[in-house]
Amino acid sequence: MEKVFGRTKGLTDVPFHYCPGCTHGIIHRLIGEVLEELDIIEDTIGVAPVGCTGFSLDFFSCDFVGAAHGRGQAVATGIKRALPDKIVFTIQGDGDIAAIGTAHAIHVAARGEKITSIMVNNALFGMTGGQMAPTTLAGQVTTTSPYGRDCAVVGTPIDLPKTIATLNGAVYVAAVSVDTPKNIMQAKKAIKKAFQVQQKGLGYALVSVLSTCPTNWGLSPVDSLKWLRENMMPVYQMGELKVAKEVEAL
Amino acid sequence: MEKVLLKGNEAIAEAAIRSGCKLFFGYPITPSTEIVEYLSKNLPKAGGLVLQGEDEIASINMCHGAAATGARVMTASSSPGYSLKQEGLSNLAANELPVVIVNINRAGPGLGGLGPSQADYFQCTKGGGHGDYRLIVLAPSKAQEMYDYTMNAFDLADKYRTPVLILADGFLGQMMEPIELKERPAVELPAKDWATNGCKGRAKRKICSYALTNEVMEGYCLQWEKKFAGIQQAEQQWEEFYADDAEYLFVGYGTCGRIAKDAVLKARAMGLKVGLIRPITLWPFPEKAFAPIKNTVKGIVCVELNAGQMIEDVKLAIECKAPVVLCNRQGGMLPSENYILDAMLKNFNIAISEGV
Repeated sequence: MEKVFGRTKGLTDVPFHYCPGCTHGIIHRLIGEVLEELDIIEDTIGVAPVGCTGFSLDFFSCDFVGAAHGRGQAVATGIKRALPDKIVFTIQGDGDIAAIGTAHAIHVAARGEKITSIMVNNALFGMTGGQMAPTTLAGQVTTTSPYGRDCAVVGTPIDLPKTIATLNGAVYVAAVSVDTPKNIMQAKKAIKKAFQVQQKGLGYALVSVLSTCPTNWGLSPVDSLKWLRENMMPVYQMGELKVAKEVEAL
Repeated sequence: MEKVLLKGNEAIAEAAIRSGCKLFFGYPITPSTEIVEYLSKNLPKAGGLVLQGEDEIASINMCHGAAATGARVMTASSSPGYSLKQEGLSNLAANELPVVIVNINRAGPGLGGLGPSQADYFQCTKGGGHGDYRLIVLAPSKAQEMYDYTMNAFDLADKYRTPVLILADGFLGQMMEPIELKERPAVELPAKDWATNGCKGRAKRKICSYALTNEVMEGYCLQWEKKFAGIQQAEQQWEEFYADDAEYLFVGYGTCGRIAKDAVLKARAMGLKVGLIRPITLWPFPEKAFAPIKNTVKGIVCVELNAGQMIEDVKLAIECKAPVVLCNRQGGMLPSENYILDAMLKNFNIAISEGV
């Protein structure tokens, strides 16, 4: 019998721990497929700081380093500077990269650090039980914004990829979603490009992936996908935010 | 052997290069800045790289990443910057990553002052960051030791897979002295068969200290406890100066140890049986140095550039069998040898004619 679908070699056989309906698993699979397709599993070192992505160490087939909350990109910088010929990537949540890790997010891009960052944006702190993040939408209810995010008090959500795209060292910045099969295909293309940018040594690449959190949003998996489309997509600029000239040829 | 005139900070930097350190991540802060400056100029010539981080937190975490690949790596700072590194140091200790850190202690707390100080003793020797861990802490008292101990620090870090701290002060960092540029001693070190450098031809590796199962976490803690207990037994270092027959003893490290040597010579010239124990490792504290003298010594003056921190470890080491008093200056000020000798004579009612 012909095998038409299987587990990517980029992932181990450790079962995902993610909650039912969470789209983290899809994102992991896409990264795993890209690692396999580019044949870089054995040359890649991943970095996962604290959050729901923090368990990535067990899920990917490549070497992995755990980092403190927000520090993934600084750790990745150290790895890449020590091993410039290897592929180094971070996978981090919005509550990590756009909050406690913001300084590092800005400066890896400013330096044009030749690493790839995958940001998983679910508009809150998932692992700690659904607290407000800088990415939480206006009016969104979380455990630390129980009356809805009041922008007069805490400001409006930060669209980090847009900020990163303004920096010269960031040569590829994209915001994608995994809510439909079509968008999943587009997300994979963006993730693949972000790794190819690094293979060619062109500069820093960031892909933000909108992701659901049914548990902390208090919605069913299907309603979560609908909520993401109706509420997150209008706030966060989607698509390829920046494709530097040298990346266009890829 | 090649002898050159270098600042203490430069001696640390030169020793790092000659120890095979290829990567330095740092952030400028007085009075440690000569380290990053010297390395910026000279490490690239040796095939290495200096990267100035956006802050101290980034720098220590860059060290984390580089150490995870098995590279020899260092960072340096001074008190307020060293505070910012504590989160990173806790993680380095937990992940068992060899990194050499330098703290050129300046006066504190807060922004403090730039003068020499030992006010970071507690922070440096008792952990500093969250959780139950220690750093190996080496305390040089002259430029040559800044050089020698840095070489030793890299070997200790690799031997035990743990961060090692060089703790000095602005006086030692800024002072120029002739030093011998010794070659790196031949030491047999364990293979870095844990490094995350790409899994070609082997099973994947991960470096992580995170456990959400309490039973697993306790297992980690027991492993760390055993490792630190082993270091505590094996790595105590100190210098004795006229200590074997001493009735009265100075205890001081770094700059204070240096000043106390002059005080000991003055006392001996007066016929007084005064000696010095200069801790070289502040952690592990050299309690073994006190075992032979704890029943014979009549009094101890602990000389410190703080409000009295190491004195607690001295009292524990002497098991309170002799009185221990503090003689100190703070805020960047140094005591003279006469000042600390007077403290000894007055506190213990020593008549100068006593031993003559």
